[in-house]
Amino acid sequence: MSAPRWMPARVAEAVPSTAHARVLRLAVPGWPGNLPGQHLDVRLTAEDGYQAERSYSIASSGPGELVELAVDEVVDGEVSHYLVRVVEPGDAMEVKGPLGAYFVWDAGDPSPVQLVAGGSGIVPLLAMLRARVAGGVGGPFRLLYSVRSAADAMYRDEIDALASGDIEVTWAYTRAAPDGWGGRVGRLGPTEVAAATWPPDQKPLTYVCGPTGFVEAAADALVAAGHDPLRVRTERFGGR
Amino acid sequence: MRQHPEGPRGPAEVVDGNAIAGSLRALLETDATVVVVECAHCGASAPMATAVVEVDERAAIVRCRGCTRTLFTVLRHDERVELRIAAVASLSTPPA
Repeated sequence: MSAPRWMPARVAEAVPSTAHARVLRLAVPGWPGNLPGQHLDVRLTAEDGYQAERSYSIASSGPGELVELAVDEVVDGEVSHYLVRVVEPGDAMEVKGPLGAYFVWDAGDPSPVQLVAGGSGIVPLLAMLRARVAGGVGGPFRLLYSVRSAADAMYRDEIDALASGDIEVTWAYTRAAPDGWGGRVGRLGPTEVAAATWPPDQKPLTYVCGPTGFVEAAADALVAAGHDPLRVRTERFGGR
Repeated sequence: MRQHPEGPRGPAEVVDGNAIAGSLRALLETDATVVVVECAHCGASAPMATAVVEVDERAAIVRCRGCTRTLFTVLRHDERVELRIAAVASLSTPPA
C-alpha cells in the first residue's frame, strides 16, 4: 500500500445533523476505500495561501469515492466552523487518507463488540455499526452513547433504527433527558458503564471515542471492572 | 554482489544503508497508529495510537502515557516533516 497523499475533494452534500453539527459527503476521485473506524486529514487553503489541517473520523466505510464525515463545531475552531457553517456543495478542499489502522473494526472478528461514544465520538463507531449491519457478519454489538440531550445526538434516528437483534443501543443523557425518560441524567459513572456494557468474561473488543475526559473516564471504568486494557481501544478528540 | 553472511553465528558483514531497505520497509510502510513504541525512560511498550500528543500547527510532542517523558517530536516545515527522537528505545511492527 502506498503512502496516502493529498487528494482533491469536492463537497457533494452538506446536511445539518444537530444545531451545531453537519454531515458532509465528499466526492474524492480515486479514494481507495476505507475500513470502519479510520480517519482522514482535511486541508483547507484560503485565497491568501493560508492553510489549515485537521483530522476527522469517517462515518462511512468500504469501496466507493463518496466519503462521509460528520463535523461538530468546536468553540473557537476555525476549521470546524468553516465545515459546519460555511462550506457548500461544490466547494473544494483536499483530503489525505485513509489513516489509522489501530482504531478499526475487522468484520472477520466474531468477538462481541462494545462501542462507547461521547458526543461526536459516535462518528467512527457509526461506521463500525453500519458495516456490521450491511455485512451481516461479525459478533453482536452494543453501543453506549452519551450526549448532552436528545437534540445533541448525531445520527439519532439512524441509530434508533439500527437497534434490534444483534445491536443493542443504550442512550445516556448528561444534561437533559427526553420526555418520559425513566433513567438518570448526569455523567456516566462506573455503575452506568458496567450496566450498559458486555461483562468482562464475554471478552468484548471495546472502542471508546469522544472528548479526552470522557474517554479517560469510560476506559478507566472498563479496566477497573476487569476488562483487558489491550482490548479497550481509545480515540480522543481532544478537549476536556 | 555482496556475500551472504556465514550463518547465524558467522561474522557480521559490513555493507551500506541499502542493505537494510528491505527490512525497514516493513516498518516504514506500517500505519503509524499501530507501530509499537517502547519508552526508553520507563520501558512501557504500546501502540503509537495510545500515546499522549500535544499538537499545534507546527509541532506534535508525543509523550509516553505511562511516565509522560517526551518520546519524540514531529516538526512540520511546509511540506517537509522532521522527526526528533528523544526517549524512544525501539519502534517495531505490530504483533501479527
